[in-house]
Amino acid sequence: MSEPFKILTSQAVVLSQANIDTDQIIPARFLTTTTREGLGKAAFHDWRYEDDGSAKPEAVLNRIDPAERRILLAGPNFACGSSREHAPWALVDYGFRAVISTSIADIFTSNALKNGLLPIEVDQAVWDDLAAYPDQPVTIDLEAREIRRGAAAPVAFKVESFARQCLLDGVDPLGWLQARLPAIESYEAARRPETV
Amino acid sequence: MSKTLFDKVWDRHIVSPQTADTPAVLYIDLHLVHEVTSPQAFSEIAARGLPVRRPDRTFATLDHSTPTLPAGADGQRPYFTDAARAQVETLEANCARHGIDLSGWDSDDRGVVHVMGPELGLTQPGMTVVCGDSHTATHGAFGALAFGIGTSEVGHVLATQCLLQNKPKAMRVTVNGRLQPSVSGKDVALAVIARLGFGGGTGYVIEYAGDAVRSLDMEGRMTLCNMSIEAGARAGMIAPDAFTVAWLQGRRHTPKGVAFARAAADWLTLKTDAGAVFDAEIEIDGAAIRPMATWGTTPDAGAPIGAPAPSPRNASDEKALAYMGFTPGEATTAHPVDVVFIGSCTNGRLPDLRAAADVLRGRKVRPGVRMLVVPGSEAVRRDAEAEGLDRVFIDAGAEWRIPGCSMCIAMNGDFVAPGQLAVSTSNRNFEGRQGKGARTILASPATAAASAVTGYLTDPRAYLGHSPHERDRTASESIGGQTPLKQGGAARQPIGANTNV
Repeated sequence: MSEPFKILTSQAVVLSQANIDTDQIIPARFLTTTTREGLGKAAFHDWRYEDDGSAKPEAVLNRIDPAERRILLAGPNFACGSSREHAPWALVDYGFRAVISTSIADIFTSNALKNGLLPIEVDQAVWDDLAAYPDQPVTIDLEAREIRRGAAAPVAFKVESFARQCLLDGVDPLGWLQARLPAIESYEAARRPETV
Repeated sequence: MSKTLFDKVWDRHIVSPQTADTPAVLYIDLHLVHEVTSPQAFSEIAARGLPVRRPDRTFATLDHSTPTLPAGADGQRPYFTDAARAQVETLEANCARHGIDLSGWDSDDRGVVHVMGPELGLTQPGMTVVCGDSHTATHGAFGALAFGIGTSEVGHVLATQCLLQNKPKAMRVTVNGRLQPSVSGKDVALAVIARLGFGGGTGYVIEYAGDAVRSLDMEGRMTLCNMSIEAGARAGMIAPDAFTVAWLQGRRHTPKGVAFARAAADWLTLKTDAGAVFDAEIEIDGAAIRPMATWGTTPDAGAPIGAPAPSPRNASDEKALAYMGFTPGEATTAHPVDVVFIGSCTNGRLPDLRAAADVLRGRKVRPGVRMLVVPGSEAVRRDAEAEGLDRVFIDAGAEWRIPGCSMCIAMNGDFVAPGQLAVSTSNRNFEGRQGKGARTILASPATAAASAVTGYLTDPRAYLGHSPHERDRTASESIGGQTPLKQGGAARQPIGANTNV
């Protein structure tokens, strides 16, 4: 469904604020769409644009070239709040392929993994180190499950193995789930009626 | 082996177990759908040529993008944007195409998804319930495992009735002691979240236990479970008891007769065994909880009303206080309130409206304050109007609207203007959540109503104590109520009772 994710080398954008919620990532008024395309311009909209629609020159996301900075280094409890999958859709359309934080909300993690956006949780020391060198390219190697920066020692990260395989293959898990239909039918047949 | 409530419900729904390489396949009993997070999921299954596998387990409503003002004389609904109208029409078309029961504009059942599901008896103990909405945890008040999912997962459930899930960790939050009569489920929720911290529940399913939790009526329990996500937890659960069974009996989709008795007997087995081990345990003294309100831009920034705004602990606090316009050390009750909102999946149910009306009866909303009251469903609206609550709100100077999410998510045209300060019974005080530049204080319905009267954030206790209609204080009584009989009595049954089949 999405572009396979194997290895990514890029500079990072640092948004160090804690608790960046999904209403910041994409305000609710952009959720009336019925498609998933074209939401990049809504990403962090109210951080990036004035009321009259003009770009805020001081906003970091307006100053960088998204093609060069595909890693978002975000503060703790990133993407907390609503379940809107529009958040990863907007981040991916803007240009991000990976988010690194010390903690990332559960539903966002699940949503991101289904859209070719790799969420990585790291220790504070690792985060601090990456944030100290945002202009130095970082390599995220999903096959090896490690982050490499220059001559620094590689940092291992955890990613759920099934989601990793889906990312490496660029597939949504729906196909795999569909292949379980015989088991699902057996389960339904075996259910006692009073246990719903 | 001793099991938690969560273990028991989880285990019942395993189609295939979790392995080192694959998540568990978890069966979903009830899939609730609304217009905002479903269109791309329907497109996805259409693109793959897949049908909706179990339309009989799928129920839809219109709530987020819908106007809360009625249709005009020309029959046209006052949608905020053409996109909002198109989104509603897309769900109508998808439901018609796939044979999904939609509680749409012409339905007497339409409501905010997490208000409607329980009142129709769709939500039952022991079920797995999902919805493309993070406040799905609400349904956990009945001992269901209920959690929010993204749109890709909505597509998975539409196509297979299952989800791929790794089992979360389990946390028990025990609130013991007797709650003060004026302390509602919302105050308990804000106190719990303040204790856990905004991300403190991430990775967990929370079970709420203890005397204080047991003393809440079902609506108060729903409010508490609803806000689990505001501590980062995907789900919150409360073991079913006699209150739960009484509340569910007679609702449209619950079993009838002997089947109900059998189901109820099974539901009452759904409780954590003695000796079951949780990954985390938190205890809170319920007797010490006071009416709560938030001072910052995260739901964990809660404190008893009247407490001064705190000194910032870090840059986030500093930013939040600056956004809210609060000075450390100064009381947040000193700032004029512009807007009061009563409603949402958190506090849009009948006891919530009663609690607000009890404060407002015989009083006026202070001039200059805009107060919006939005019932959580058509059933709540009918019941509230039958009791005359609409007149109480209108006579006080508030606006009485038709059901929807309204100003909680502010995507339907109901919003708080830039810079305005709102006291809201909703669930999120994020920057801009209730409108660009809007400032939100989260609080209970009684607090919101008292704040509308004074024009400042106000502890409702003085107002509740002097209500001219003391005998109608069913909401606050039921919070301290001890017997299921009171909950199941005639006065507690009107929701949905007229629509039983």
